[in-house]
Amino acid sequence: MHDVKTDAALDSAWSGGASPFAMGSKKLGMWLFIVSDTLTFSALLITYTYSRITNPDWPKPFPMNPAIIFSTTMTVVLLASSLTMVMAVMAAQRNDRKKTVLWMIATMAGGLTFMALHLREWFHLFEEGATITHNPWGTPLFGAVFFGVTGMHMTHVLIGVIYLGIVATGYGRGKFSAEDVEVNGLYWHFVDLVWMFVFPLVYLMSVKY
Amino acid sequence: MVTHENGGGHGHHQAPTGFIRKYVFSIDHKVIGIQYLCLALFSVFVGMALSALMRLHLGWPNAHWSIFKGGLMTPEQYLALMTMHGTIMVFMVLTTAPQSGFGNYFLPIQIGAADMAFPVLNMLSFWTTMVSLLVMIAAFFVAGGAPIGGWTSYPPLSALGEMAGPGQGAGETLWIIGLAIFCGASLMGALNFITTLIDLRAKGMTLGRLPLTCWTWFVTAILGLLAFGVLLAACILLLLDRVAGTSFFIPGGLVITDQVITWHKGGSPLLWQHLFWFFGHPEVYIAILPGMGVASHLLSTFSRKPVFGYRAMVGAICGIGFLGFCVWGHHMFISGMSPYSAFAFSILTMTIGVPSAIKTFNWLGTLWGGKITFNCAMLFALGFVSLFVSGGLSGLFLAQPALDLYLHDGYFVVAHFHLIMGVAAIFGMFAGLYFWFPKMFGRFLNEGIGKLHFWLTFIGVYAIFMPMHFLGLAGHPRRYFDTTAVEFLQKLQPVHVFISIAAFITIGAQLIFLFNFFYSLYAGKECKEENPWHATTLEWSIPTPPPFDNFAGVEPVVYHGPYEFSVPGAADDYIPQHLAPNLVKKA
Repeated sequence: MHDVKTDAALDSAWSGGASPFAMGSKKLGMWLFIVSDTLTFSALLITYTYSRITNPDWPKPFPMNPAIIFSTTMTVVLLASSLTMVMAVMAAQRNDRKKTVLWMIATMAGGLTFMALHLREWFHLFEEGATITHNPWGTPLFGAVFFGVTGMHMTHVLIGVIYLGIVATGYGRGKFSAEDVEVNGLYWHFVDLVWMFVFPLVYLMSVKY
Repeated sequence: MVTHENGGGHGHHQAPTGFIRKYVFSIDHKVIGIQYLCLALFSVFVGMALSALMRLHLGWPNAHWSIFKGGLMTPEQYLALMTMHGTIMVFMVLTTAPQSGFGNYFLPIQIGAADMAFPVLNMLSFWTTMVSLLVMIAAFFVAGGAPIGGWTSYPPLSALGEMAGPGQGAGETLWIIGLAIFCGASLMGALNFITTLIDLRAKGMTLGRLPLTCWTWFVTAILGLLAFGVLLAACILLLLDRVAGTSFFIPGGLVITDQVITWHKGGSPLLWQHLFWFFGHPEVYIAILPGMGVASHLLSTFSRKPVFGYRAMVGAICGIGFLGFCVWGHHMFISGMSPYSAFAFSILTMTIGVPSAIKTFNWLGTLWGGKITFNCAMLFALGFVSLFVSGGLSGLFLAQPALDLYLHDGYFVVAHFHLIMGVAAIFGMFAGLYFWFPKMFGRFLNEGIGKLHFWLTFIGVYAIFMPMHFLGLAGHPRRYFDTTAVEFLQKLQPVHVFISIAAFITIGAQLIFLFNFFYSLYAGKECKEENPWHATTLEWSIPTPPPFDNFAGVEPVVYHGPYEFSVPGAADDYIPQHLAPNLVKKA
C-alpha cells in the first residue's frame, strides 16, 4: 500500500516540489533551446560536409592575407564579446546594475563589430564575383553553403544583439533579474560556440595555398 | 528566446475575464489543449475528405463525377490530394492532437502543476501552429494548386519550381514555409513540455510515480526537440534552392520535361532524404508514443490492475525514443546505399521490436486476470493494442533490405504505416477522448453511439488496410493514379473497389462520432463527480471541469504510484495518488 522505499526518495532532487537542477525554468528552457538549435546548426554543417565531399571541385579561395587574418580578427572580436558577457553576468550577480548594463552594451558592441566586419567580408566576396549561386572558383555549392551557414550564424548574432538590448534595458530598469542576464549570456556564448565550429570548417579548411 | 511569464507554479494565477483572453489568446493550458484538439478535429476531417476523393477515384477510375472539372480527376489533382492528405494528417493531426492537445491539457494536471512552465510561449506555439495550418491550406488556392510531391517532398522535383508540375510552383513554396513555421511551433511546445515535467512536478511526484502518459509526453517532447530542429534546417535549404537559386539538393545534368537544367549543379537529393528521415523516423514515434501512454493508462484503469512491469514500460518508452534516431536509413534502402549500411540500419530497426514486444506483452500482462470493463474508452485502448501489433509486425518485413527492395514504394508500405502510425495513433486519441471527455466538458460521451462508432471503425480500418498488404505483395506500386492503364494491376481492381467501399463506411462512422461529440457536449449524461472512473491519477482529484488554476492555489502532495489498483489490504480497489497514507481505508 504505502510505498516505504519512496520516503527516502522524497528527499532526492527529483522527488518533485522543486527544480531538480536548482535553477529557474527559464534557464532550463534556454538550455533546451540551445540543444535544439545545435541540431539545426548540425544539419547545416553536415550539409556543408556532405556537399564538400561529393564535389571534387570544391574551391579553397581564402588567401592567408587578407581573408584568414580578417576572419581571425572577427573571431577574436566575437570571443572578446563572450568575455564581456561573463563580466556582465558577474556584475549582475553582485547586483551592480550600472556595471551590468555597461558590460552588456560592450557585448552588443562586440556583436555589432563582428557583424560589420563579416558584412565587409561578404561584400568583398561579392566584388570578387562570389554569390549564393555562383563563384569564379569551383562548384556553385561553395557560395550556397558559405552564405547559407554564415548567414544563419549572423542572423543568430543579430537576434542576440536585439535580445541583449531588451534585457539590458529591462535589467537597468529593474524589470529583469540577474538570472535573466545569465540566461541571455547562455544564448550569447552558444552563438560564439557555433562560430568556433563554423570558423575552422568554412575558413581554415578553405585556405588557398 | 525571451519569456517573461510567471510559469506554472502555484498561487500566482488569476483567471482572465474577457472573452478574448479567456478563449482566444488564452494562456491557460487547458484552453490551449482544447484549441489544439479543435484544430486537429478540423484537420482530420479535411484530411479524411481528401482521402475520400482519392478512394472515389481509385475504386472507379473511369466513372464521371460532377465534382471534377469535366467529370474526371486529373493525375495532378490526385497527387495534390495525396500530398495534402499526408501532410495534414501527419502534422496537423498525429503530431498535434495526442501531444499538444491531450498533453497540454493533462500533463500539468497529472504532475500536479497549475499550468505549463511558460504559459505565454504555450499560447504562441498554438497560434504559430494555426498560422502554419493556414499557410498550408492556402496552397490549395494559389495558381497551380497544392503541391504534388508527397508528404516527403523529395527533391529534385520539389526543388525546381513550376517546371516540375503544376503544384510544384507557389503551392510547394507555401507548403515548405508552412512546414518551417510548424517546426518552430513544435520546438516551442517541446521545450515547454520538457521544462514543465522536469521543474513543476508536485511534491512526492517522483519519476517512478509519473503516470505512463506523462512519460510518453515527456519522451515525445524530447524527440520533437531534437527532430524538428533538423527538419527546420532542411526546410530552409529546400526553400533556398527554390527561391534563391542554390543547388543543395539538385544534381547537375537533370532533364525535366524535355528541358536540360543547366543552372543547377553539384547538389544531392540524397542529402534531403538523410535530413528528412532523420526527422521523419522519430516523427513516427512522436505520433504513436502518446497513444502507448494512453493505452497503458486505460488498460490498467479498466482492468483494475497495476500496469504490469511499470519500470520495463518506462525503459521501453525511452528505448523506442532512442532507437528512433538510429534507424532513418531504413527509409532509404533502395537509394543505392552500401549494403553494409543497410545491414546496420536493418539490425537497428529490428531491435525496436524488442521494446515494442515488451510493451505489448506488458499490456497483455496488465489485462491478465483483471476485472475488465468494456466501455468505449477501454475498447479503443484494446483496439490500439490490436492495431499496434498488426501494424508493427509488417514493420519487421520492411526492415529487411532484401524484402524491402521488393515491397518499397508499394501498397504494403501504405498498409503498414497507416495501421501503425495513422490508425493506431488515432485509436489512442479516441481512447483518450472517451476517457477524459467528462473531465474536460463535464458530460460523458454517449456509450451506445460510441460502441457503434468503435465497432464500425475497428472493422472498417482492418477492411481498408489488410487488403492493401496483399496489393503490395502482388506488386502494386503506391501513388499510381491510373491503375487500369497497367495490365497486371487490372485484375486487382476489385480489391480497390472493396477498399473504397470499406473506406466510405468507415468515414460514415466518423460522422457518427462527430454527432456524438456535439450531442454529448450539450446533451450528454452529466458528470458531477470528480472521479467517475475510480481512477488514481491527479486529474481525478480536482473538480469537473477543472478550475482555472487546477488545484485552487494549493499544491497537491503525492503519496502513491500511479497505478495502485486492487491493492491487498485496502478497502477500495484503487488508491488515488494524492491520498495520504493514513487516509487509505483498510479492508
